[in-house]
Amino acid sequence: MTNLEELVSLYREPLENSPLDIARERKKSHPDSKWVGCYPVYTPIELIHAGGMIPVGVIGAGNRLEIAHADSRFQSFVCSIVKSTLELGLTGLLDFLNGIVFHSICDPARNLGSVFKRNFPNLMVEYIHFPQNMTSPHTVNYLAAEYHRLKAVYEEVAGRAITDDDLRRSLAIYNEQRRLLRELYAIRADKPQNVSAVESYIVTRLATLMPPEEYIGILNDALATVRRRNEKPKDRIKVVLEGSFCEQPPIELIDGLEAAGCYLMDDDFLTGWRFFIEDIPVEGDPVHNLAEAYLRRSVYSGVKHDTRERKSKHLIDRVKETGAAAALILSAKFCEPALFDYALYRRALEKEGIPHLFLEFEEKMWIFDKARTEVETFVESMLFD
Amino acid sequence: MIVLVARDEAMTSTNHEHEHEVNMAEPIKTEKTSYQGQMHLLQKEIMGRYFDQLTRAAEKGEGKAAYMLISGNPVEIVHAFDMIPVYPEINALQLAVKKAALPFILKAEEIGYSMDNCAYVKADIGLFLGDRKTAFATIPLPSLILCNYVGCNVYLQWFEHLAEHCDGEIYNLDVPFLRDPSGVPSKEDVEYVVRQLEEVIEICERLTGKKLDWAKLKKIVAISGETGELWSKIKALTKHVPSPFDNYFDSVTMMAPLYCLRGTEDGLRFFETALKEMEEKVRLGIGPLPEERYRFVIEGPPPWPYLRTFRDMFAKWGAVAVASTYSTVGGIWEFGFKHDPNHPLESIAQHMLQWNVTNRNFLQRYEQIARYIKEWSADALVIHSVKSCRLFSAGQGDMREYFTKELGVPTLLIESDIEDPRYFSEAQLKNRIDAFFESLEHRKLVRDKQAAGGNA
Repeated sequence: MTNLEELVSLYREPLENSPLDIARERKKSHPDSKWVGCYPVYTPIELIHAGGMIPVGVIGAGNRLEIAHADSRFQSFVCSIVKSTLELGLTGLLDFLNGIVFHSICDPARNLGSVFKRNFPNLMVEYIHFPQNMTSPHTVNYLAAEYHRLKAVYEEVAGRAITDDDLRRSLAIYNEQRRLLRELYAIRADKPQNVSAVESYIVTRLATLMPPEEYIGILNDALATVRRRNEKPKDRIKVVLEGSFCEQPPIELIDGLEAAGCYLMDDDFLTGWRFFIEDIPVEGDPVHNLAEAYLRRSVYSGVKHDTRERKSKHLIDRVKETGAAAALILSAKFCEPALFDYALYRRALEKEGIPHLFLEFEEKMWIFDKARTEVETFVESMLFD
Repeated sequence: MIVLVARDEAMTSTNHEHEHEVNMAEPIKTEKTSYQGQMHLLQKEIMGRYFDQLTRAAEKGEGKAAYMLISGNPVEIVHAFDMIPVYPEINALQLAVKKAALPFILKAEEIGYSMDNCAYVKADIGLFLGDRKTAFATIPLPSLILCNYVGCNVYLQWFEHLAEHCDGEIYNLDVPFLRDPSGVPSKEDVEYVVRQLEEVIEICERLTGKKLDWAKLKKIVAISGETGELWSKIKALTKHVPSPFDNYFDSVTMMAPLYCLRGTEDGLRFFETALKEMEEKVRLGIGPLPEERYRFVIEGPPPWPYLRTFRDMFAKWGAVAVASTYSTVGGIWEFGFKHDPNHPLESIAQHMLQWNVTNRNFLQRYEQIARYIKEWSADALVIHSVKSCRLFSAGQGDMREYFTKELGVPTLLIESDIEDPRYFSEAQLKNRIDAFFESLEHRKLVRDKQAAGGNA
C-alpha cells in the first residue's frame, strides 16, 4: 500500500516533467495493449476501454517541453496546449498511441484534429461533435448515433467487436473510479485542511495515465490516507476555482495558490475525467445510457452550453454550496472559452457581492511570483478588510 | 454601360479612408479603380431598406427580431414568419468598416472581456449594452436568440452572452460538424438538424401567434435556391482571364444581400442584375484593375477596418483574387448545392451541415483552396490570418506548409484582424506583400526567359 505522501513524492516530478512518461512506462507491463489518447475536455473513455484498449489523457506536455516545431503551425495567439500537443506528436512522444480523439470544445482544438490527421496519417484520429442543444428530445439519439459511429472506429483499432456487456463492464469500473474521485473532492470541500489541492490534483491526474484496474487501487490507498487525517484548519480563505477545465496549470502554481492563503473548496481541473455527478446506469442500452448521461448527469463546463440555466448561475451556486468566500478564475492564456466565461462570471459575481480574482496561466510558465503576490494581496484584502 | 470609377467600400457607401502614399518601388501603375454600376447602387438601396427595417423594429416596435449567425442559417424559416433576421456579425462588420468599432470593443474589455477574445463579439456586445444606435441602423432587441451553431464555437459563447445580458429566449440549433472522412453528413446528422428546425418552427409559431404557411416557406426556399444558383454563376465568371471582378474584395459587396436578403425578392433581383453586369464585363474583357498580372486565391476574412488600404496593397501589383474561402462562410453554392423547395427543411439542413465553409473541417478547406487554385488558374495563395477568428486561423501555419511543400504553390501568410483596428500594421503588411509579389515577379521573369530559350 502506497500512502498519499509517497504517491505525491513519486509522481509530482514526472507530472511536471512529462506526464505521458507515466503512461508510456505503464504500457511496458502491457506490451500488447493498445492505447488511445484523449484530448480534453471530456471523452467517453468507456467506449475505448470496452474494446480492451486503454484511454490515456493527452492533457498537455507538462511544464518543461520546449516548443520547437508546433509554433510554425499554430500562431502566437493560440493557447499552449494546442501547440504542446502537436509538439508531442512531431517529436515522437505520442508514438506509443494507437489513436487519438479530439472534441468540439473550441475552434483551435477542432483544427488541431485536422492538423493531426494530415501530419500523422498512420494514426487513428477521431473527432467527436458533442451536442450543444440540451433541450431537444432528439439530442440523445444524435449522441447515441455519434457514439455508435465511434464504437465502430474503435472496434477497428481494437481488432475486435465491442459488445454491450463489454461496455457495461467498462461503465461499472469507471463509475467506481468517478465515485471515489467524487469522494476525494467531497472530503476536500468538507475539510480542506485534510487534503491539499496539489495532492488531490496529483491523485486525480494519475487517473488519466493508467488503466482503471490499476488506478482504483492507488486511489483507494490515497483515500485511506485522507480519511485518517485530522488536521487543524488554517487561517485561509475558502475559494472555488474555475476556468482550468482544459489546459492544466503547473503544479507549482496550484501549490502557490494554497500557500498564498487559499483553500480550494472545488475546482474544475481535469473535469472531463470526473464528468458525472452520479453513476451512469449499467442496465439497459449502455450506449444510450452513456449518451443520456452527457445530457442529464454531467457537470457544467466552459465548453458545454446548456441553455436550461444561465451559465454564471452554476458558478454562483457552487460558491454558495461549498461555503466559499470568493471565486478564483484561473484561465489558460488564449483560452477563448474560459476568457469568455470570465466576462459572464465577473458580472454575476459582482452582482452577488462575491469577491473574485482573475489570473491567467500557461502550462509552460515557470515564474510564479507574480501570481502568488496577486493571490496573497487578494487574500489579505479579504482576511483583514 | 460600364463605368470605372473610384470604388466605394464593400458593404457601405459612407466610408472614406485616407489615400495612402504611393510606393516608390511599385512595378506597375494602377489606378485605384473598381467597378461601380447598377449592382453597386442596387446593393446600397436594398441594404438601406434592410437596415431601415431594423431601425423601425427597434424604434417603433414593428416586427419581431430573430438574432442569427451568418454561417449556414435557416433564414428561410424566419422570413416565412415575417420575423426580422438580425445578424450580430453584420453589426460588428458594419461598425468596423465605418471605423466605429474600437470604442465598443474597449467598452466590452472594460467589463471583463479579454484582449484575446474575438473582437466581433466584443464590438457587438459593446453596442448591445448601450442604446444599440449606429450610423447604419438601430438594432432591435431580440424576440428570439437563435444560435445556429455552425462550426464556430465562439458563436455559442456570443449568443450565450447576449442571452445573459438581456435575459432573452435562446435556442441552440446544434449542427454537427463535418467530421467523417467522406466529408458528408450522416443520415443521423441530417435527421437531428431537421428535428431541431421543426422545434424552431414551433418556437416561431408561439412567438408570432401564426401557424407556419408551408407554401410560403417553399416559395422562399425556391428563391434561396435561385439566388444561390445566380451567385454560383457569378463566381464561376472569375475563371475568365481577366477576371471580371475581384472574388474577395468585390465578393464581399455581394455577400451582404446574399446573407441579409437571401429568400427575398430584393435579394433575387440583386443577383439577377449582378450576373448580367458581370457577364457584360466578361464579354468586354474588363477586369477590376487596368491590368491583371497575378491571379491569387485568398484564405481568411478581410481586415474590415482597413479594407481599402488592404485591397490597394494587392492592386498595385496587378493582383486579383479569383477565389476566396471567406466568400463561402455563409454558403458554398459554386460546387452544385441548391436549396430545394420540395424538401425545404432537409435542404436548409443540408446547407447548414455541408454547404458552407464554416462547418467543414480544416482539411476540407485545404481541398477547397486546392480546387480553386486549379480550376480558377491561380498563381498563388494568400493566407490572411486574423486573431479574432480562430476557426479560420488556428493552424494556418500547417496550411502554408501543405501548400508550399506538398503542392508547390507560392503562399504568403500575413496577420491582422477582422475587426480590431489595433492589429493592423500597415507598414509590415505592405512589406510582406511587396516582398511576396517581387518574388513572384522574379519567378515570372525567369520562367519567361526560359520559355524564350534564354538563360535565367
